[in-house]
Amino acid sequence: MAGKVKWVTDIEKSVLINNFEKRGWIQVAENEDWNFYWMSVQTIRNVFSVETGYRLSDDQIVNHFPNHYELTRKDLMVKNIKRYRRELEKEGSPLAEKDENGKYIYLDFVPVTFMLPADYNLFVEEFRKNPSSTWIMKPCGKAQGKGIFLINKLSQIKKWSRDSKTSSYKLGFCRFCTVKYTPSTSELDNMFVHLTNVAIQKHGDDYNHIHGGKWTVSNLRLYLESTRGKEVTNKLFDEIHWIIVQSLKAVAPVMNNDKHCFECYGYDIIIDDKLKPWLIEVNASPSLTSSTANDRILKYNLINDTLNIAVPNGEIPDCKWNKSPPKEVLGNYEVLYDEEMAQSDGPDRDLRSRSGQSTGTKGGRARDSGKPILTTWK
Amino acid sequence: MLPFSFLVGYIGQNHLGNGSSVGFSPELCLNCSPRAGRSLPGPRGEAAAPGAACPAAPHEQGTGYPCWGARGAQCPPPPPKKKPFGASELFSQEPFSTRPPGRRPPRSLRCLVTSPRAAVWRPKRSGPVPGAMLDPDSGLSLTIARIVRRLQGSSLHSQLERQARVSLHKPEIKLESLKEDIKDFLKTSGWEKKLQNAVYSELNVFPSPCHPAAPPEHMKEPLAYMRKAQGSWEKRILKSLNSMCTELSIPLAQKRPASEQKELLNKWNEMGTDEPDLSLFRPVYAPKDFLEVLMNLRNPNYENGEQPSFRNHLGLIQVPLKVKDIPELKEDFSELGLNTGQLGIDDSAQVPPEFFENEHVRVGQKVLAEQDSAAAQQYVRQGCPTALRADLWALILNISNQPEDILYYEQLKSNVIQYDLLVDSLIYKDVKLTASNDDYYFVFEDYLYQVLLCFSRDTSVLEHFTYSSATPPKSYIRGKLGIEEYAVFYPPNGVIPFHGFSMYVAPLCFLYHEPSKLYQIFREMYVRFFFRLHSISSHPSGIVSLCLLFETLLQTHLPQLFYHLREIGAQPLRISFKWMVRAFSGYLATDQLLLLWDRILGYNSLEILAVLAAAVFAFRAVNLMEVTSLAAAEAVLADLSTLKVMPLLQIFLFATVT
Repeated sequence: MAGKVKWVTDIEKSVLINNFEKRGWIQVAENEDWNFYWMSVQTIRNVFSVETGYRLSDDQIVNHFPNHYELTRKDLMVKNIKRYRRELEKEGSPLAEKDENGKYIYLDFVPVTFMLPADYNLFVEEFRKNPSSTWIMKPCGKAQGKGIFLINKLSQIKKWSRDSKTSSYKLGFCRFCTVKYTPSTSELDNMFVHLTNVAIQKHGDDYNHIHGGKWTVSNLRLYLESTRGKEVTNKLFDEIHWIIVQSLKAVAPVMNNDKHCFECYGYDIIIDDKLKPWLIEVNASPSLTSSTANDRILKYNLINDTLNIAVPNGEIPDCKWNKSPPKEVLGNYEVLYDEEMAQSDGPDRDLRSRSGQSTGTKGGRARDSGKPILTTWK
Repeated sequence: MLPFSFLVGYIGQNHLGNGSSVGFSPELCLNCSPRAGRSLPGPRGEAAAPGAACPAAPHEQGTGYPCWGARGAQCPPPPPKKKPFGASELFSQEPFSTRPPGRRPPRSLRCLVTSPRAAVWRPKRSGPVPGAMLDPDSGLSLTIARIVRRLQGSSLHSQLERQARVSLHKPEIKLESLKEDIKDFLKTSGWEKKLQNAVYSELNVFPSPCHPAAPPEHMKEPLAYMRKAQGSWEKRILKSLNSMCTELSIPLAQKRPASEQKELLNKWNEMGTDEPDLSLFRPVYAPKDFLEVLMNLRNPNYENGEQPSFRNHLGLIQVPLKVKDIPELKEDFSELGLNTGQLGIDDSAQVPPEFFENEHVRVGQKVLAEQDSAAAQQYVRQGCPTALRADLWALILNISNQPEDILYYEQLKSNVIQYDLLVDSLIYKDVKLTASNDDYYFVFEDYLYQVLLCFSRDTSVLEHFTYSSATPPKSYIRGKLGIEEYAVFYPPNGVIPFHGFSMYVAPLCFLYHEPSKLYQIFREMYVRFFFRLHSISSHPSGIVSLCLLFETLLQTHLPQLFYHLREIGAQPLRISFKWMVRAFSGYLATDQLLLLWDRILGYNSLEILAVLAAAVFAFRAVNLMEVTSLAAAEAVLADLSTLKVMPLLQIFLFATVT
């Protein structure tokens, strides 16, 4: 029986189970020996809490980082990105350059955000400054669009589109990947009404069960390239990649660098009428429920590609593996950022990777990606 | 059944339709009488140029083709001859026979020549010379006379006239060199290119004139039994529409109350949020019903034994029409060959863009800069780069979205706001049933309503009935049934939508985000191509010929597969018919569909649809040989969204041993 991966999951989704079974892996119970555990975010909180003091052995791998919430809770994400900017500024990094209006040129990708109720007074001040703008209200602890609502929809803001982008990166913050084609909830062109519509539709009766209001990123790309041209479209996608890389770098120092973990994040990005992407939030548990046929195919492939990277060849995992995946296993992932490569590549790679703007001096933050350490969380 | 106010409203619209070409004359709609309804067929031209509206002018009419004779001998209308036409020819005094306009590639193209192949450029569409029985000179002069007549009624003509008046007062104008000066001026000012494109567009859309002796209906369809079949099919559609009308006791048309007008205007951009109860409405017909009709088509001059024999066709289509074989198709579609660069193949990840893609994009930009329709049409045969497609298609279709075009669209819109038509509900229903459920197109739901509702009111669409085998249905105002003076076309554009109609518009939404431009592109695509997919005719791009071409290709090149499917009761055409009727829209992934439509525009022909349908069967042949029922065969071919169109076409046409 040696050589077969033993898996556990507490999310009974066919896209997961089919993928495990396809690899000939063996299902075991949670309290047995396992190699691979695809767990929900609740479980990782419980299982690896201070009380249990669970330790992972070399051949065990889980699909979350224990403190992923540094990135996936809206308030903490904003806090981390703000801190990241401040640090870069202190270092005098060219990344933190500002334009004449005092806005970051490269790091201004999170919309003006306030945490209520703490920031309420600041919010009201800002609200009054621009009475015609619309605000998206999102509860901090909830996921996948639950509890979202809009305020002041009298706005004249045109052409917003909503686009949830899935991305993932692996152990040790050294390689970040993004799925080329992903589920996205897009309402293009037309008015802001559409954003509202999507939000309503998701919970309403007229929700379409065939496509579920999801447009693929390849459709988005085809549409934008056809109507807006190739250059701006490429720029948009480069900027989205940039956001993903920068947001991950922002949380890198606070995240536990654990070799037993990988994680598949869902990025929620809004594109404005000037085709500038804005990071809204990051999800640690992108929905694996397949709402439509295409959804199922896409998500099955997503998990398939993810597993190929996290558990190459379907062998029993070993956290000492070299984590740079060979090209063949990437599937529909593309490597956005490889920290080891970034370091060997020279210091100004970060800026160059940003759609051809090459300036400046040092960028890449040195991270220890050396020997694996047996970690406990306490 | 039709309230009078509605009638007047439409006649007003009709005259405004004329306005798109000759400047608006709003006073006309005040004067109009119900009698004017009779003059609908040529709405664009008539106000400006009498006669321009009717391409089949008296001197072109006469005795007609000998249309039957030996078994299966057919005279399909000769396909339009597509040769580029120097604009100056129109003004030239030289006898046309001494310098056939087609011989010389347009000037603009010379600088586009990139390969030895292109150096002998000639947008060739083989086929009989126009009016095969005419001597070439008189055929040509008939064509020229018709084009001149048609252009006289166009907005281009009035623009030129205006420009001429302005230029008249310039001091440098000399009477002795006037002719040369005009030629030079046309060239330097860019008018020549516009004129050239207009002429080219006419040549593409209108069939070549028939023999002067041919009766006018031959322009629509030369074969009598086809005309008759189309006529009875139309009667059936109308009957179904009428019975729905009676059943639901809904009038064909009525004016909206002011409050409703206001409401509709307010939600014009979000009509999709409206959820009217349409459960009682059903599509007038679906492709399946239409296939049944085509299967029962027979040529009365041709003996069809009921027993299958070598003499009758083993497929579902039993009429003898001339369709192309692979060698002919190879010659026609020579640019799709293995040695020609091809978007859809040579832009894939494995091929570095330096080999083909970059150069192709560069040439495409040059074609656009030259604003030359003919060059654009030749160019798109190798596929359009995504970012250039919208402009290239507009150039080929000669759509420029001028202020008057936008105004025209706005008027159609206001007509939608004012009047409620029964067909609106059919359009709503169709969008809800098709595009709204489509992974690719649901985001464009609102656009589809806008375009399709305006389309139903557009009387300029009626013009295409001069060369379509179909005839627009008529309706009479209340109490005047059967009296010609009180007849109007219904719907105003003469086109009754069927199940899946909105899929003709949906893919275009990927290219154009301005509704008025989207609308014009769609209308032009419809009157050039799509109408042929749901009317019975012998035209090589007509659906009957496509079906026959598909069956013949399959029968000739995959006889085992064809025989197997036929034996298990899964006639291939039963599966492929819906693909072809919709021009594959909704079946292929959008990027692939657009690559396919590139070639439709490039070759000005729908035959590629039949070739692709056969190629899909060839591609899935191994799986299809294993099935034992129609349902299983349908399942094998249920999802075409992963197919790559260009490799399939190329393999089928050029890489198969024949």
